[in-house]
Amino acid sequence: MDKGIIIRINGPIVEARQMEHTGVLEVVEVGNLRLIGEVIRVRGAVATIQVYEISSGLRPGEPVFCSGRPLSVCLGPGLLGKIYDGIQRPLSEIAKKGSSFIARGEKTPALDLDRKWSFKPIVKLGDVMEAGQVLGEVQETESVLHRVMIPPRHRGRITKLVPAGEYDGHDTLCELQDDATGATYSVGLFQYWPVRQPRPSQARLPLEAPLLTGLRVVDTFFPLAKGGAAAIPGGFGTGKTMTQQALAKWCEAKIIVYIGCGERGNEMTEVLREFPELVDPRTGRSLMERTILIANTSNMPVAAREVSIYTGITLAEYYRDMGYDVAVMADSTSRWAEALRELSGRLEEMPADEGFPAYLPNRLASFYERAGRVATLSGSEGTVSVIGAVSPPGGDFSEPVTQHTTRFIRCFWALDRDLANARHYPAISWRNSYSEYLPETAAWWRKSAMNWHDQREILMNVLQEETNLQRIAKLVGPDALPEGQRLTLFVAEIIKNAFLQQNSFDAIDMYCSPKKQLWMMALLATFITRSREIIKNGGTLAEIRGIKDLDRMNRMKSEIKNDDQAAMSSLEQRIFAELDAISNQHTNYGK
Amino acid sequence: MSEINAKHDGLQYTGVKNIDGPLVFMENVHGVAYDELVEVAAPNGDVRLGQVLDVTADTALVQIFGGTDALSKANTRARFLGHSLQIPVAKEMLGRVFDGLGRPKDGLPAPMTREYRDVNGEPVNPFSREYPRDFIQTGISSIDLMNTLVRGQKLPIFSGNGLPHNRIAAQIARQAKLLNEDVQFAIVFAAMGVKFDVARFFVDSFEQSGVLRNVAMFLSLADDPSVERMITPRSALTLAEYLAYDCGMHVLVIITDMTNYCEALREIATARGEIPSRKGYPGYLYSDLASMYERAGRLSAGGGSITQMPILTMPSDDISHPVPDLTGYITEGQIVLDREMYQRGIYPPVAGLPSLSRLMKDGIGKGRTRDDHPHVASQLFAAYSKVKDIRSLASVIGTEELSQIDQLYMKFGEKFESTVISQGEYENRSIEESLRLGWEALKILPREELLRVSEEELKEHYDC
Repeated sequence: MDKGIIIRINGPIVEARQMEHTGVLEVVEVGNLRLIGEVIRVRGAVATIQVYEISSGLRPGEPVFCSGRPLSVCLGPGLLGKIYDGIQRPLSEIAKKGSSFIARGEKTPALDLDRKWSFKPIVKLGDVMEAGQVLGEVQETESVLHRVMIPPRHRGRITKLVPAGEYDGHDTLCELQDDATGATYSVGLFQYWPVRQPRPSQARLPLEAPLLTGLRVVDTFFPLAKGGAAAIPGGFGTGKTMTQQALAKWCEAKIIVYIGCGERGNEMTEVLREFPELVDPRTGRSLMERTILIANTSNMPVAAREVSIYTGITLAEYYRDMGYDVAVMADSTSRWAEALRELSGRLEEMPADEGFPAYLPNRLASFYERAGRVATLSGSEGTVSVIGAVSPPGGDFSEPVTQHTTRFIRCFWALDRDLANARHYPAISWRNSYSEYLPETAAWWRKSAMNWHDQREILMNVLQEETNLQRIAKLVGPDALPEGQRLTLFVAEIIKNAFLQQNSFDAIDMYCSPKKQLWMMALLATFITRSREIIKNGGTLAEIRGIKDLDRMNRMKSEIKNDDQAAMSSLEQRIFAELDAISNQHTNYGK
Repeated sequence: MSEINAKHDGLQYTGVKNIDGPLVFMENVHGVAYDELVEVAAPNGDVRLGQVLDVTADTALVQIFGGTDALSKANTRARFLGHSLQIPVAKEMLGRVFDGLGRPKDGLPAPMTREYRDVNGEPVNPFSREYPRDFIQTGISSIDLMNTLVRGQKLPIFSGNGLPHNRIAAQIARQAKLLNEDVQFAIVFAAMGVKFDVARFFVDSFEQSGVLRNVAMFLSLADDPSVERMITPRSALTLAEYLAYDCGMHVLVIITDMTNYCEALREIATARGEIPSRKGYPGYLYSDLASMYERAGRLSAGGGSITQMPILTMPSDDISHPVPDLTGYITEGQIVLDREMYQRGIYPPVAGLPSLSRLMKDGIGKGRTRDDHPHVASQLFAAYSKVKDIRSLASVIGTEELSQIDQLYMKFGEKFESTVISQGEYENRSIEESLRLGWEALKILPREELLRVSEEELKEHYDC
């Protein structure tokens, strides 16, 4: 193994000489403690290394050990339900060793090589396999079938294949011979992939279906497509993490990769405590069974924070390649960008906006572009959707990270300080948010024979009118407005309270099924259209306010269960009957 | 890094190359470790401590905690100590006063202990954390009812010059208790760059309430060298960690004033010629603050807890200034003090809307405080936010022109501020009492406005 010698230490940045054989992005072990690091620059024989652990106590003269391979993650069954740090060290296994703190130089393998998995081949001897094709299956958790694939760059005829049975990480499952080149490969349960390189696929496909999330304001107003990318910017205390966690809990993906990047330790603990107890409404199994956590909290070394989002998205791509829909939550990409800035500063690079390096937009693009819907190498379809939280300093969206992020995402959920202050959660602003996935999702809804798009328009128009009217109302008082405009203010209030606001701690309201959402939308849309008719025919707002069951409608989100068809129809009929009564009075009067 | 001890065999280096503000650049030194502690003796015999910031095979950049005055290029002597900055830790340190580096300041001898801990601590494995859920009753309604403090939380006070943040912190230290247990909190107090009077105020207040024996103080006052402020909070947290995780105590850490700490950090960064980000603060301010704030919490392995209450003054009351801004991103909420309320004579002037406790949701409600607590709090926030809108409307069209319902909201706002938020400095309210006052205020509003509380709760508390 090649060895270098440390000549300088400056925080997480270490320089070493005698490194002429190293390549950029090669993994090295630094110093006598063998801290993990990555080569980020080579100048002559001097390599600059970013160290993923705290470098306190290192001295010039200590050795640097080269590994000859890039920073990679281990992929295979056993990833689900785990919590890793930014360089895929299993935090749960490390904790079992006894200390509550992370010791330096810790080297615990990411996956347990000795654990037996029940493997069932789905190919036979003599089959010719290409990279990415499925060799066999392992039931990884009750709800997820793990497809063992031929690693990229491997191909050939199967010359040896094990029968169905129990195997661990040391076993060879099959051997391949490439008849064209004569090369032979052996394939096991586990494979490695460099984190900074996207995993290959056959083709990128256009996006079609929405990623349903159970959050009404998202699904109805600003939908994200499966394979799309979204950003959640918001100042502190506006609920970025809460929204991310709600999405991680209820969104309709097969696999969730949740990256806690430079955020609070307690938030990861909360996920760890809460997810195993929550039940996935689609599979009936614990949510933890479909979740992988990457935790690099704000007090953990900054260089590992930089790499953590690549680790996370590589794991996501691996499950995508099995043909699954995967959602990646990155909280927060601003902390990741700050890690870039800190490292760049230590490298004495020329800064661009606000001290961020000039390559910031480039790096952001390379992360968000790994989202997408693809035809996998095995011929199935998989998606990776990315949802990145952004923490703009001072809540000011004009700062570089937010600005550059908006160039690479198509769905923008802006969190609003005023909504958060009024404890209106999720505090996603209907004024500043947008989704460019509307055409795709509208087409999908149309296929399910629902006039989702029209109803969305009705609700959205009311909210927009309300924004304008509020300006006038602030000057003259709402009572000075004509009856029709006061009605708009009134129904906008209902939309906000009864529909947009969602209580993630309420047993019923925490997840809203698509069916219930559509019903709520339809009810509100009809209510709005009919109230407007009544006012036009000479009715008054007071009459509409007097509807007895308004209170029930305002509380329908938490009083009516997701599949309680009877309660839905009953409420609908009562409201319509009362509307009928009012409008009859006025039409009769007109005659 | 104690394992690489005794590398230098008492070797002393004479002479330094450059002295630049708090930084000293040394040449021809060997075997120096990154982060190593240095003892620097000035020509007049004064000994100061310093820490290695950057090291190559034969040079070292050292920051001097005691300031660099009286150091000269020729006759300065330096000794590398072979370990990073450590402080002694012991239970007996409660009731004592130390400087920022953990040296006694009360004239008594240094604590007798063999335990020395690195002031930087180690990052806690997130897997080994216990999620904080135990409600702390501070006896202050605006905190207990609206922004609940939980054991193991980090909840800062965002204040401004001239606002009563010290009085509030002292009141919390005096009254904080758990609902069903009668354990006293041990208090670790760190002061950076505050005036002597402020430190005096805390000593007096601890003395009056008879808790002084339970308080360890780390003082680095306004006239002490500014670099020492960089270490003061870390020394305090190192002792707090020892008390919590080794001795099983529940510790409340009060740190004041974080703005002064950040200014010291900026001073060093500028002296090193680093590229600044916002307002001249270094780009790593977030990570640096996090390395302290994240040292609050509980461990699943048991032991005690560390609850942090940092105080910071917002320069010109600007909450988007980098210090409060980055703090808010790391801490689990914030108690914001409002100048306008204070001028109207409201104590404690806790701003209703921008204040927040992120851990509140798990520390209150059924089995913890009372079933209706989460809903009442949410309803109060919603109603109070309406009050703010209506007040700004009233300032344009006049109170008389407001609709009937808006008039009621105005009345609610008055009552909420004068009976729920406002209370005496020595008034210790139980959570039951705070909830009762909350409902009393809500009763001003008509029933159909109260959408955030449930039907049953209305029956039980509103209709009675």
